[in-house]
Amino acid sequence: MIDGIIEKYRGKPGALIHALTEIQHENRWLPREIMQKVADALEVPFSQAMQIASFYKTFSLTPKGRHEVHVCTGMTCHLRGAAKLMAKLEEITGLKPGETDTQAKFTLEAGSCLGSCSIGPELIVDGKHYGRMTPERAADVLKQYE
Amino acid sequence: MPSLQTTAELEELREQIRAARDPSKPCIAVCGGAACDGLDSAAVAAAFAAEIAAQGVAAKVDFRITGCHGYCNKGPNVLVGPGDVCYFEVKPEDVPEVVASAAKGEVVDRLVYRDPATGEKAVHMSEVPFYKHQMRILIGDIPRIDPTRIADYLAVGGYSALAKALSQMTSDQVLQEVKKANLRGRGGGGFPAGLKWETTKNAPEKTKYVIVNGHEGESGAFMDRAMLTGNPHRVLEGLIIGAYAIGAQQGYIYTRHDSPSMARHITAALEQAKELGLLGKNILGSGFDFDVELHFDVGIFVSGESSALMRSIEGNTPEPRPKYIRTSVSGIWDKPSNLNNVETWANVPEIINRGADWFTSIGSEKSKGTKLVSLSGHVVNSGVVEVPMGTPLRTIVFDIGGGVPEGRAPKAIHFGGAMGGSIPISMIDAPLDFDGMAKLGAPIGAGGLLVMDEDTDMIEMARYLLDFLVKESCGKCTPCREGMYQMLKILTNIIEGKGRKFDLERLADLTEVTSLGSLCALGKTSSDPLKSMLRYFKPEFEARIAAGSAAGSEAK
Repeated sequence: MIDGIIEKYRGKPGALIHALTEIQHENRWLPREIMQKVADALEVPFSQAMQIASFYKTFSLTPKGRHEVHVCTGMTCHLRGAAKLMAKLEEITGLKPGETDTQAKFTLEAGSCLGSCSIGPELIVDGKHYGRMTPERAADVLKQYE
Repeated sequence: MPSLQTTAELEELREQIRAARDPSKPCIAVCGGAACDGLDSAAVAAAFAAEIAAQGVAAKVDFRITGCHGYCNKGPNVLVGPGDVCYFEVKPEDVPEVVASAAKGEVVDRLVYRDPATGEKAVHMSEVPFYKHQMRILIGDIPRIDPTRIADYLAVGGYSALAKALSQMTSDQVLQEVKKANLRGRGGGGFPAGLKWETTKNAPEKTKYVIVNGHEGESGAFMDRAMLTGNPHRVLEGLIIGAYAIGAQQGYIYTRHDSPSMARHITAALEQAKELGLLGKNILGSGFDFDVELHFDVGIFVSGESSALMRSIEGNTPEPRPKYIRTSVSGIWDKPSNLNNVETWANVPEIINRGADWFTSIGSEKSKGTKLVSLSGHVVNSGVVEVPMGTPLRTIVFDIGGGVPEGRAPKAIHFGGAMGGSIPISMIDAPLDFDGMAKLGAPIGAGGLLVMDEDTDMIEMARYLLDFLVKESCGKCTPCREGMYQMLKILTNIIEGKGRKFDLERLADLTEVTSLGSLCALGKTSSDPLKSMLRYFKPEFEARIAAGSAAGSEAK
C-alpha cells in the first residue's frame, strides 16, 4: 500500500506533501525508513523530506495509538469549557496532548478549530464527532474504544 | 454524461434535467453539515432512506443528503420541499412520521419551530427567526442540491454564468464587471478582487495561476467549509470565470485535510466538471483551457497566509515572504498568482449573471453584497448566517442569534478569531462593514463572530489567543516569534496574580513592536485582540494587576 503511494509520485519532487499526507493517513506515522524511501523516489534531499515532516503538525515521526482522541481547543469550544474537558481527558488517559500511551491505545491531541462551533465543546475520536461533550460523559465515550 | 462542446449543449442538458424533475414532488433534505454530522445526522439520513423504501413511497417522495442548512445548534436539520418546511432536532424515531406526512403534503406539527419566549410556531424557513432576517444569496441553494451531483447544481441554474462569460463576454468585460461590482475580498483584507485580478492579468508572464483559499484557519469560522462542502460547484464556477478573465491556465483549491466530506465533495465536483467538459481543453468550445488541482493544508495555521500557502502548494514549508513581493505578480513558482477566499469566488457567478448594478444595490456604501458570518459563542442560535453588508450587529446577535442563553447579559462581541478584536456590547448598533469594524478595532476578518457573556474573563481570552498564536508562529522572523512569547508571559503572570506595575506599558510597547516588525499578517495582527481588549476593557487588567500585587504582599 505504502509502496503504491510512493510509486504514484516517483520522480515528482513537487508532490512531496501529497505523498507524505497519504502515507500518514494510511500508516498513521512516518517511520524513518519510509521517509528515506520517499526522499529517494521523489528525488528530494532527505533533509527536505524531514523538514516538511517535522514542520507540519499532521505528520507524526513517532507511532500513534490505535485511536486518535482530539479535543477541539478553538475559540468557541474554549469559551464553552474545552479546557475542563481536556483536563478530564488528560486524567482518564494519563496523557498530555501529543502523547501516546505505552499500550498504543490512545493518542491525545488538541485541535483547533474543527468547525463544529455550534455544538462545542467537541470530542473527536478517529474522526467521529461527539458534540456538546461534558467532562462527565467523556469517560463513557472512550469506553467504546478498545 | 457526454462532454459538452457548446453553451447550447449545456442549456439543452439543463432542460433535460429540469424536464425530468417535478417541482411539486415532495423532497426531504437532511443536513449533513459539520455540526449536524456531530449530532449524528447520518443515522437520521439512513433512517429516511430505509423508511422511504419500507413505506414504498420512493415514487412520491425524493430524498437527499445536503450540505449545511445553517441553523447548526438545532441539528439534525431536515427541510421538506416544496415550501421549505423546517424540522429541527430530528431523531431516527421521528422519521416514519415525517415520511408519511411528506407523502401526503402534510406537516408534523410537533417537530416545527416554536419561539422559546412566546411559543409562537414557525413552519416554513421564511418564518423561522433565525432564517427570516437573512439574505441567502450564496448559501440559499445548499439545501436544494446534493453536492456530489452536478445535475443538481445545473438544475438550479449552475454554470449559466460561465456559459454567459465564455459565449457573450470578452475576458476584459468579465474583469470590468467584477471591478464595477466592487467585490471586496472576503478572506479578511477586504481588498477589491477586481484590482487584484487586473494585476495578475497584466503581469508580463504567460503562465498564470488562480487559487481558492479554503484554509479557514480562523478560530470560530466555519462558513467557508459549509460553502465548499455544500456547494463546491459554485466556488468552482467562480474560479473558472476568474481564470478566464485573468488568462490563467491552472487553478488550485487549497483547503483543510481534516474534513473528509469536504475533500470528497470537491474531488467529485472536479471529476464531474472534467467529464462534462467544464474543465480541460477548449471549455464549451470557447478555446479557453483550464484545469484545477486540489491541495491540502496539513495542519499549520500560517499556511492560510497567501504567500505561505503558495510555498505549500510548491511542496515546501509554508514560510511567508515579505509583502513587497506581490504574489499577484510573483507567486507559485514565481509566476503571477491570484488568490481569493472561498466566499469571494462564490460571489462571482451571480455578479456575472445579474450584473454589477444588482450586486452594488446590496450592502453598505463601501462594502457591497452579502457576507457570510459564523455565529457562535454564548448565543442561543448558532450557525452559518448570510446578511447584507451594513446589517447592524444587533440584528445578527439578537434577531437572528436570539441573544445570550439562560438570561445572561452579553459583554462583548469578538470578530476575526485569533487576529481579530473584541468590542464591548455597547457598540452593538455598529453596522457589519469592512472599514467601520476595522476602525472600531474588531475587523470582521473572514467572518467568525463570537458572542461573549458577562462571565467572560477578557484577560484570559487575550492569553488564550496568544497561546494559540505562539504555537502557530512559523518562527522565521524574530518580532513574531519572540514578541508574542513575551506578551504571553506577561499575561500569564497577570492571571496568576503575579502582575507588576508597568505591565500594561510593557504590553503596549510589545504590541507596537510586534505589529511593526513582523514579516506577515500573523505577527502583524497577533496583538490586535490584545490591543482591542486594552482599549475597551483596560480597567479589568488594572484591577487584576492591583489585586494580584495586593495578594502577593499579603503572602509575604
